[in-house]
Amino acid sequence: MTPSKSWWERLRHSSLFWPVLVLALVMGFNLIFTPNFFQLEVKDGHLFGSLVDVLNRGSPLMLLALGMTMVIATGGVDLSVGAVIAICGATAAVLIGHTTDVTNTPLPLVIIITLGVAILCGLWNGLLVSRGNIQPMVATLVLMVAGRGIAQLITDGQIITIYYPPFFFIGGGYLLGLPFPLFIVVAVFFFAWLLTRRTAIGLFVESVGTNASSSFYSGINEKNIKLLVYVFCSFCAGIGGLIISSNVKSADANNAGLWTELDAILAVVIGGTLMTGGRFSLAGSVIGALLIQSVTTTIYAFGVPPEVVQVVKAMVVLVVVLLYSEPVKLGLDKLAKRKEVQL
Amino acid sequence: MEDNCILTMKGISKAFPGVQALSDVDFSLHRGEIHALMGENGAGKSTLIKVLTGVNRQDAGTIELDGKEMLAKSPLQAQALGISTVYQEVNLCPNLSVAENILIGREPHRMGGIDWRALNARARKILTWLDVDIDVRQSLGMYPLAIQQMVAISRALEISAKILILDEPTSSLAVHETAKLFQVMRKLKSEGMGIVFITHFLDQVYQIADRITVLRNGNLVGAYTTAALPRFELVAKMIGRNLTELEDMSRFRAETGRHIAGEVLVEATGLGRVGFVEPLDLTLHAGEVLGFAGLLGSGRTETANLIFGIDKADSGSLKVNGAAVVKHGPLNSIHQGMAFCPEDRKADGVVGDLTVRENIILALQASRGWFKFLSKKKQYAVADKYIQLLSISTPNADQLVKNLSGGNQQKVILARWLATDPKILILDEPTRGIDVGAKAEIQKLVLVLASEGKGCVFISSELDEVLRTSHRVVIMRDGAKVAELAGDEIDEQAVMTVIAGG
Repeated sequence: MTPSKSWWERLRHSSLFWPVLVLALVMGFNLIFTPNFFQLEVKDGHLFGSLVDVLNRGSPLMLLALGMTMVIATGGVDLSVGAVIAICGATAAVLIGHTTDVTNTPLPLVIIITLGVAILCGLWNGLLVSRGNIQPMVATLVLMVAGRGIAQLITDGQIITIYYPPFFFIGGGYLLGLPFPLFIVVAVFFFAWLLTRRTAIGLFVESVGTNASSSFYSGINEKNIKLLVYVFCSFCAGIGGLIISSNVKSADANNAGLWTELDAILAVVIGGTLMTGGRFSLAGSVIGALLIQSVTTTIYAFGVPPEVVQVVKAMVVLVVVLLYSEPVKLGLDKLAKRKEVQL
Repeated sequence: MEDNCILTMKGISKAFPGVQALSDVDFSLHRGEIHALMGENGAGKSTLIKVLTGVNRQDAGTIELDGKEMLAKSPLQAQALGISTVYQEVNLCPNLSVAENILIGREPHRMGGIDWRALNARARKILTWLDVDIDVRQSLGMYPLAIQQMVAISRALEISAKILILDEPTSSLAVHETAKLFQVMRKLKSEGMGIVFITHFLDQVYQIADRITVLRNGNLVGAYTTAALPRFELVAKMIGRNLTELEDMSRFRAETGRHIAGEVLVEATGLGRVGFVEPLDLTLHAGEVLGFAGLLGSGRTETANLIFGIDKADSGSLKVNGAAVVKHGPLNSIHQGMAFCPEDRKADGVVGDLTVRENIILALQASRGWFKFLSKKKQYAVADKYIQLLSISTPNADQLVKNLSGGNQQKVILARWLATDPKILILDEPTRGIDVGAKAEIQKLVLVLASEGKGCVFISSELDEVLRTSHRVVIMRDGAKVAELAGDEIDEQAVMTVIAGG
């Protein structure tokens, strides 16, 4: 038997330790340098403040990260989520039309059809990967490139402005004083957790991602598992598309969700899921997404010009990813041991 | 004789972490000789070749080429010294032309560019010499494997090799293609080239080799002239007989043999797959252990794959539990009560990053589908039961399986399948790489399972193990079933004679 480890040892080896630590560092930085960052105030019964902002603006990214986690856990990657956001935003906008205060399609139907389109996108990706045996990066690249074209076709090349207030609730509404998108994130997170941890799907995803051949020999239908994760990923992107288009009250085929696939992948990696597949952590990915969003918000709060934002983001990411690397981990372990000896 | 030696390797030793791959091995090659290097998997053949070609550096020993000590630090240097290798998988570029493949890196130049005409002419010349008539400007990928093999050899010759190493060159060739290759080999031999030939096919060795060097477990067994070494003795030297016969095991086997019922669990008729398994008939009864004997690559694993549905058969039919199998595949087989411990534990067996518990319930859960998830409590119950039953040595059920030793990993795989409560067990090399004690345990377990009415297929490279555990033995050679022995007919001499095909 191994001797029981100290709480510190266990904490340090927990998969969520590093992302949470870096998130705490960013928050600590704000506590000292950004005035009013932690200030919360209630206006018209709604909660306002930078923290709420992080959660609110980070919602689409958290959703994308949830879907992306499952895809990456099977050893794949989905580059098309940004394009799916654009397609879904465009679909919703066209279904609503641009008459003030009136919608051409009832709102529930708009949501159902839009998410249906997202699922179709996922099926396309999933079939290419699982049945066509195409490398995930190549397979999803197709929709990444074609998707924006499809979105343009849907919107006829125009940026469509939406004038139907009930639709704005999805991305800009408040419930119980909190932004509505947060409730969507919580609901999807809970759904994903149930799907992966209360059925065998999570186990099969991790098994396929770790060793696809062994999984096949054990009777796991790895093709259907792959199909499922791509559908789920696109589904999450679809919800993200609804939130974004509702938030900005328009559908922009060119710029909606541009480069978000990269942020989503980053969030997953920061959250501790390996790009090679296998073990995954939904909570880790959500924290990764929050980390990315809080860095962005912090930089803006600081008044740093937007050009520099990407550079600072990259630095934070670099630090987290380095903390995960095997040589750095070993070095830290050594350091920790030396300290114990001194004590 | 001495000056005729082109290559002398003396006292070669090489260790990898945890394995002594070669210990004190001698090897010599004469001018104008075809020398077969024989041994089962893990005998050290490929390590010896890697040392010779500069891929690995030996820990001890000397290599002399033409009487001078050779110090090749890389494959490129070895090539420059005249040692060329053609590997089992043709490692050329299928999208380049035949001529480019032969002369890549040594293209003739003219006025700062490549002289295509000279390039093609030189390639054509060398292929013509090998009696291969093809368009050298076509891309290599268009030609069948045999031609690609010839191109690989041409490339080796173009480097003006003194020594040609052919590593399993015939494993993907048809009979007439092999004959063609042999023709070329004889031609090269008459030119004074020394050829090292590695193969699993005994027939071919006796067709073409002048001398045979046998390795076993990293040790040199000996070097013999082919004519002086009957097939039967070669096989015996390769396999190595384990003299620690367990008497009680055979008694136990005879006892369990009485339980064999008439019920047929698996019945294959003309089951085959082109290039892997010649059509064969098989039956497996309840309560029976059916052994598969034969050398590596003789089609044992491939047959098991066909029965379990890993590969699709392209001829014949299969009946399981009396009903014809439709939609064959692993999941379907599990539903039929089949279980399959694959040969390659690492690649096809364990899922390293999952825990012992998750590995054990994997097949059981797969058979239940996505939504009938076993509760954690049930999972631990199943895992703990088999950890105890098979005495798997692990701190707890939540240990990652990759942290376990090889033997314990094997037991986890076994547990995975026993947890599905199978009626038919196919065990492909279940004792490979585990210590003697654990081996005997597993053999005994197989017989116990059979006595409970299960049908077991037992495949192993270790002949004495197959003989000790099986009620009936199927013997495979070169992808075909060549004999089936039962009861008193099962004896080591008889089986080895059949394996050798003499």
